[in-house]
Amino acid sequence: MSNAILVEELQKRFGSNTALAGVDLAVPEGSVLGLLGPNGAGKTTVVRILTTLLQPDAGRAEVAGIDVLREPDRVRSLIGLTGQYAAVDEYLTGFENLEMVGRLYRLGKRESRERAGELLERFDLADAANRPAKTYSGGMRRRLDIAASLIARPRVLFLDEPTTGLDPRSRLGMWEFIADLAGGGTTILLTTQYLEEADRLADGMVVIDRGRVIARGTADELKAQVGGQRLEFAVTDAGALPAMVELLRPLAVDEPHVDEQARRLSIPVSGGAEVLAEALRRLDGHTADIFDVGLRRPDLDDVFLALTGHAAEDDPAAADKTPAEPVPVGGTR
Amino acid sequence: MTSLSETLSDSVVITKRNLIKVKRVPDLIVFATLSPIMFVVLFRYVFGGAIGGLPPGISYAEFLLPGIFAQTVVFGSTITGASIADDLQKGLIDRFRSLPMSRSAVLVGRTVADAGLNVISIAVMALTGLLVGWRINSSLGEAIGGFLVLLVFAYAISWLMAMVGLLVRTPEVVQNASFIVIFPITFIANTFVPLETFPAVLRTFAEWNPVSSVTLAARELFGNVPPGYPEPEAWSLQNPVLYTLLWTALILAVFVPVSVRLYKRTASR
Repeated sequence: MSNAILVEELQKRFGSNTALAGVDLAVPEGSVLGLLGPNGAGKTTVVRILTTLLQPDAGRAEVAGIDVLREPDRVRSLIGLTGQYAAVDEYLTGFENLEMVGRLYRLGKRESRERAGELLERFDLADAANRPAKTYSGGMRRRLDIAASLIARPRVLFLDEPTTGLDPRSRLGMWEFIADLAGGGTTILLTTQYLEEADRLADGMVVIDRGRVIARGTADELKAQVGGQRLEFAVTDAGALPAMVELLRPLAVDEPHVDEQARRLSIPVSGGAEVLAEALRRLDGHTADIFDVGLRRPDLDDVFLALTGHAAEDDPAAADKTPAEPVPVGGTR
Repeated sequence: MTSLSETLSDSVVITKRNLIKVKRVPDLIVFATLSPIMFVVLFRYVFGGAIGGLPPGISYAEFLLPGIFAQTVVFGSTITGASIADDLQKGLIDRFRSLPMSRSAVLVGRTVADAGLNVISIAVMALTGLLVGWRINSSLGEAIGGFLVLLVFAYAISWLMAMVGLLVRTPEVVQNASFIVIFPITFIANTFVPLETFPAVLRTFAEWNPVSSVTLAARELFGNVPPGYPEPEAWSLQNPVLYTLLWTALILAVFVPVSVRLYKRTASR
């Protein structure tokens, strides 16, 4: 199967700040790639280069087999972009927004109008079609934005953090739309800081941090890399956490993770229910503080923590640890 | 590359989009016309009696209106900068730049729509002027020429403001910054008072200020300069239409390519 997106050794600096320090990506036609990383990791820079908005300093980028740097115009007619902010004209109605974008894709008046009607229907916006987008909710604007990027039936769709800022219900709705699109054969590059989102939608994932790829593979491959289980506690008083860590440390196979603000404790362990039973025995006397206990498989947050030394939604500037070396995960390259 | 006809049709789509906003936000028109009406009435009746130095045979209303026209259309053009900055901030420019459309259409469509707004405010001001004693004393052709000179000069200023909008990126800052620059430029001119009363340095600046030449060009073309009015000393004011058109051409020659180039590389942050 050929690649709809191919990126080699992509580099970009902004002044003294290295946004991309050599990124490679390959997205097979018809698949969904989740590009994961914290704020400032370089996800948006990758999207901007691939959508012709930004010139890289070095490296190669191809979309649908066309060189993005040499023939940006041809690339533009084959892609759709939904950026981080819903780029809709708030004074135009939903219909007018879509019609305008259709015309600018050079679809012609009739086809633009037909497509606008179809997409408004499909994205549950038909009732609001003739209202200015100003009156739309955040979720409706995002849907209109995605509809606009789909109007010319792009072969490759770029979704830059499509659910950031949405309430949980709108997020679930958006996931259904994206899954639906992917099912229809559109190649999608999706950036997100929500690991659950990538887990739900993406076939393959690439994790970047500070402009470098630090891991790639499927969700299961990434989880297998972290391995083991997580013993998790939620407590009513954060003051109890240090003592608990000390009591449980002998059971840990890796450094326990304490989140004082959320009053949570996560301990990597190996073994199953017997570890849980042992842990509770050791905590005898502290159980009054505990209101939730669980044993679970690692999720992508754990993957991120293990790979980068900081949590996915941390501010990268606040993390002072050096970035981890790239870890090959037998992925989809 | 896009062909000329594609650039034109893209520009029409963008112009239409910008004019829809004018239709949906009537406040825009109200404020674009209210302040010039206020200026016309204030200057005509508050300062009109006190401003001297006018040659016999001309009323202050006739002297004033072309000046107000010039000031208003120049201010009207600053909206281009604020609107472009707004589009940048909202991510719309990113969207347009990712589309296979002409690279100049967004700016052409913006400046043309803003010229349309200027047409509306000039019409409102002209009507108000007629009510307070302003008259056109020339032929229809000359009068149309007067309006065209004003609009063409303002159109060029729109391109300058487009560049400012692409550089400054914050609509409020564009608005305030342009006010600080443009307010004195439209006042240190023959817009509201005759230049004869200015101190020497200011007078030289005012004589070569294109706002003076566009104002005088309009006055001459509307027939608001009475016969026997002393011939100005500066070349710029002896040939106000030519001097204004030279400025217009210069501004367009510089700022159209600069703005389009900036647009191609710009990106919201």
